[in-house]
Amino acid sequence: MSPAWAAALQIAALIAALALVYVPLGDAMARMLMPGRHLAMERRLYRLLRVDPDADQVWRTYLVSVVAFSVAGIALLWLLLSAQSWLPLGLGRSGMPAAQGFNTAVSFVTDTNWQSYSGESALGIGVQAFGLTVQNFLSAAVGIAVAAALIRGLIRRHTDRLGNFWVDLTRLTLRLLVPLSILGALVLVLTGVIQNLHAPLTVTTLAGGSQTLPGGLVASQEAIKELGTNGGGYFNANSAHPFENPNGISNLFEIFLMLVIPASLPRTFGTLAGSRKHGLAILAAMAMLFAGSLATTLALENAHPGAALQAAGGAMEGKEVRFGVTGSVLFAVSSTITSTGATDATHSSFTGLGGGVLLTNMLLGEIAPGGTGSGLYGMLILAVVTVFIGGLMVGRTPTYLGKKIGAGEMRWAAGYLLTTPALLLLGTALALVIPSAAAGALNAGPHALTEIAYAFGSAANNNGSAFAGLNANTNFYNIALGLCMLLGRFVPIAFVLGLAGSLARQDVRPDDAGTLPAYKPLFVVMLVGVVALVAGLTYVPALALGPIAEGLS
Amino acid sequence: MSELDRKQAADETALTDTGEQPHVGEPTELDEQTELGEQTELDEETKSDHGPGSGAKVAAGAFRVGSLLASLPDALRGMDPRRLVRNPVMFVVEVGAALTTVSCFLTPGVFVIATTVWLWLTVLFASLADAVAERRGRAQAASLRAGRDRLTARRLADDESFDTVPAAELAVGDRVLCTAGEVIPCDGDIIEGAASIDESASTGESAPVIRESGGDRSSVTGGTPVLSDSIVIRITAPPGQSFVDRMIALVEGSVRSKTPNEIALNVLLSALTIIFLLAIVALQPMAVHTGSHQQVVVLVSLLVCLIPTTIGALVSAIGVAGMDRLAQRNVLATSGRAVEAAGDVSTLLLDKTGTITYGNRRAVAIFPARDVAETDAVRASLVTSLADPTPEGRSIVDLCSARYGLSLADGRRAAEGGVPVPFSASSRMSGIDFGVMAGTLVTEGASTAAVGHVMGEGPGQAAAIRKGAVSAVDDWLRSSGATVPQDLRDRADAISADGGTPLVVAETGRALGVLHLKDVVKPGIAKRFAQLRSMGIRTVMITGDSPLTAQSIAREAGVDDFLAEARPEDKLALIRSEQAAGRVVAMSGDGTNDAPALAQADVGVAMNSGTAAAKEAGNMVDLDSSPTKLIDIVQIGKQLLITRGALTTFSIANDVAKYFAILPAMFAGVYPGLTALNIMGLTSPHSAILSAVIFNALIIVALIPLALRGVRYRPTSAARLLRRNLWIYGLGGLVLPFLGIKLIDLLISTVPGMR
Repeated sequence: MSPAWAAALQIAALIAALALVYVPLGDAMARMLMPGRHLAMERRLYRLLRVDPDADQVWRTYLVSVVAFSVAGIALLWLLLSAQSWLPLGLGRSGMPAAQGFNTAVSFVTDTNWQSYSGESALGIGVQAFGLTVQNFLSAAVGIAVAAALIRGLIRRHTDRLGNFWVDLTRLTLRLLVPLSILGALVLVLTGVIQNLHAPLTVTTLAGGSQTLPGGLVASQEAIKELGTNGGGYFNANSAHPFENPNGISNLFEIFLMLVIPASLPRTFGTLAGSRKHGLAILAAMAMLFAGSLATTLALENAHPGAALQAAGGAMEGKEVRFGVTGSVLFAVSSTITSTGATDATHSSFTGLGGGVLLTNMLLGEIAPGGTGSGLYGMLILAVVTVFIGGLMVGRTPTYLGKKIGAGEMRWAAGYLLTTPALLLLGTALALVIPSAAAGALNAGPHALTEIAYAFGSAANNNGSAFAGLNANTNFYNIALGLCMLLGRFVPIAFVLGLAGSLARQDVRPDDAGTLPAYKPLFVVMLVGVVALVAGLTYVPALALGPIAEGLS
Repeated sequence: MSELDRKQAADETALTDTGEQPHVGEPTELDEQTELGEQTELDEETKSDHGPGSGAKVAAGAFRVGSLLASLPDALRGMDPRRLVRNPVMFVVEVGAALTTVSCFLTPGVFVIATTVWLWLTVLFASLADAVAERRGRAQAASLRAGRDRLTARRLADDESFDTVPAAELAVGDRVLCTAGEVIPCDGDIIEGAASIDESASTGESAPVIRESGGDRSSVTGGTPVLSDSIVIRITAPPGQSFVDRMIALVEGSVRSKTPNEIALNVLLSALTIIFLLAIVALQPMAVHTGSHQQVVVLVSLLVCLIPTTIGALVSAIGVAGMDRLAQRNVLATSGRAVEAAGDVSTLLLDKTGTITYGNRRAVAIFPARDVAETDAVRASLVTSLADPTPEGRSIVDLCSARYGLSLADGRRAAEGGVPVPFSASSRMSGIDFGVMAGTLVTEGASTAAVGHVMGEGPGQAAAIRKGAVSAVDDWLRSSGATVPQDLRDRADAISADGGTPLVVAETGRALGVLHLKDVVKPGIAKRFAQLRSMGIRTVMITGDSPLTAQSIAREAGVDDFLAEARPEDKLALIRSEQAAGRVVAMSGDGTNDAPALAQADVGVAMNSGTAAAKEAGNMVDLDSSPTKLIDIVQIGKQLLITRGALTTFSIANDVAKYFAILPAMFAGVYPGLTALNIMGLTSPHSAILSAVIFNALIIVALIPLALRGVRYRPTSAARLLRRNLWIYGLGGLVLPFLGIKLIDLLISTVPGMR
């Protein structure tokens, strides 16, 4: 089979699988987010937590619940990481230093999974399974819950209630993420991913050398790592490690897991909003951006100049032979554009411009399709901005799903748009002016700038993928990137919930022929244009000095 | 009002006082109207309103260098940072310009100085846009006010003697005497007498209205001339503070506050400005890291080019111009908010009379009495209408010639020797008398010859012919011993039942026939409503007619719905139910009993001829009192929003080309590969940056006329509008700066020091 056919088949299989689950999964999630009966297990949990599951929260309460829950999660995880030497299944590993522990705790609670540690040498099985994996579930559920609150803001009227965070969190975890992860883990085990409680096993190889074979509950963490767009690898090599991602099939399945929830959420949105076409429009915009990014990166990685690389059939440096260019590119694009941040190849070794596309994927704001929930709410915010400009152009006060986009709504949306660039740009600038921080980049010239910008882009956008080539385990990077992750997650969430609250209070204005049709192809194109223009105009200078300068040299 | 605003207001007064005359009767004004759509065919009143009140109109489309220059002093004042801070985008530009000015002294050079000059010009141009818009608003307001300022009034003392005083000295509660030929000095209520008044201070065509003491129609408006009789008015508003005066102040822009949509747009523009500010702040460390430290002037240039200066400079002018465009059509809005709401309207309540049908009834058929020949009835109808100048009378003449082949000349011949009797309120009839000598009506015997003359039958029996309501003609016939026969009465009843008006024609001694007058739907109105429907606007016809009549007219006119036998409370209920369904409602009205509905409607247009209560309740006043104006108002509201959206899109799309100009200029030195981004092939880094700055400044001036005139608007669906505007302003905004910057670069690369 020629590489082109292999690429086409992988992409076709991926699209077919996503299309197959779009309706059932999307609608299933919609049902979970609608009022309905509580399961016995859920009722017991609500009693335990002293939560009235039928009491809806106003947006501020919803936000306070999100933040309180997450802060508690960070504190608990930090404690676990620091104290792992005294915990069971610790494999005798020592506790994590405070700054790195903060970074790691924030990283997993914010669904970022930036890792300034090396999994196999720094962490025992216990913390991985009961600390990190638990947060992988919860942080993913928090993202979807916030998206659900925004959808409720768009469809409810004359109310200040956006739903109950604890109910959303519980249902999404127990009904969606746990069952799907179990399924996912089983498939992964079938493809050869390990799932055991072995301590590292040192063996003597045929050549007489000695090799350490790590063990662990890898498949169970791998499934939620991809499904929840978390991305934190069990091992340092992440999905390039054969125990995490042994072959082409497991590779494709992991890609599917990353995309399946974010790509099905537009259906959930459409179903809840009672207008499937609005959901399809959001999906179409996401798909256009994804397709554009994938096509560009494939072209760049396959046509790398240089005799050696041409002979290898593309830029194979830093890529696993078992995945090839297509498998690596598909994984890298999916991972950077879904806020997963898992890697099965070294992004730093991509071509200059190819690496730039991966960086750009994150800079788009993680919305195509983005993280679990966060992708949808990010895209909806951009849809609101697009509706505002487009609505003006048709001579009406802009409305989206019948909700007016006035000054109040624009304030929330503008706040959302501002936060991530502010963190990313100021963080990068700060790292560059602090000599010791700037020295953390292992390369020189434009590549160094890309390494630093990539780290802050990854943190501020809650992606978590590392470009590699940056020594991030310093107090500066642990704290600065930790703050970027923290603020990059919860400040936008505050703006999203504020917007939801302000939308929910409004009446609904029925659409008519004079309303901007926020579901037609032209709107989709305009939305994609706004996404590209807003991100592009903000980050072009940084990109020009990093990947573009490198790629054009 | 801040100290600064007060000063500005004083300046404006000075301008008015020195008699700054606005450009009168610019031909372009009509061009602008046609550009708004084809609606003009329907409202001749609007199109041709060059009456006394609006004679001094400011051109809408006209834009001349002269008006730019004249606005320069105002523009310079507008650059005061304390004023400019209200516009965050332009304030950032001004701060940037100040920074580069410092650089001029630290590191002088052609490039730094030239760039600084153009940055200051950018601020000036933005300020100029505001100044031009406000100047036009002031000129418009001055012309509206002018008539009033020269007025004098006859103030009555307690002993009923009067003294003549300037209108400006009147106080609330003063009693003023006005007789035919005088102009009412100030808003007030009639407390004695009745008079006909030309309320449509501008149209000249519209019929005078009767105003009398007591009741709904006692309110009079300052500046309107009294045509007949004599009235005593009690002043209800001090001069300069009448309702219309307050609205004129809004047109001037002096008390204009930002509208909700403008605030929302400013939020977006501020956010973009902050994002670009962050990008530039972060750029310097990156540049230093790559070993290419950037001059302040270069960073400021890039920032100014990126932030949305085009729309930021024009956004306030667009708002002022929107109010101004309404004023051009003699509509005054209480707030910019109302103009915006007009664009949102999704339900239009339209009064049947005057909007959907001609206000006056038209003759459509003549039915002869049983024993009368049709030609006799027709000829009599024609003869009685020859001297009738009303539209109804004209319509009878038209009907006779068009349908019954009896021309005007035939009528004149038949009427020879007769003396026309005009319609009088006491007799409620009009007609013609024959055989009148020296002002005395001839006796019965002599009259026979006259009628025979008319009927072409030789000597006959009648002396006179009358046309009027059934009861009036019946009374008249009884005096000659006849009555209106039953068959004609039945016919008349049938016409009434169908919503029409029957008029009986009779000669002395016998009734000849019945004329059927009815409301005729205006031609083209159905097409217009279809157009409104495609814009997403529902039309509801309001009428006092019976449901049956209303339905037939509604079907003919193509309205979406109708409200028959409408009482004011029905209107109010209808508006409430439409609003509860999330729709935005516009209506017009004039009576005090319309006031609650006007207040409830999102856009309530009060007729200037209406009562003070109606005017206070609405949020717009139509000085022409034209019922079709509502449709124009909606279109102006839409045009205002579209102009904002289009220029925002244009402004943001512009940034792409500016990056292509400036980034390679900044960094090609350290990374030669970036030269590939210089796709415009600009001469040198300096010329590239300066060209982008110059383009950025010039595009503001270039777009001032568009901001003032509003972008072209054709009534159509939202989807089509979006496509059209995206192509023009999105794609245009993307491509145009590439050409513009290249062109400017070609020119300035010839300047020494730029290479």
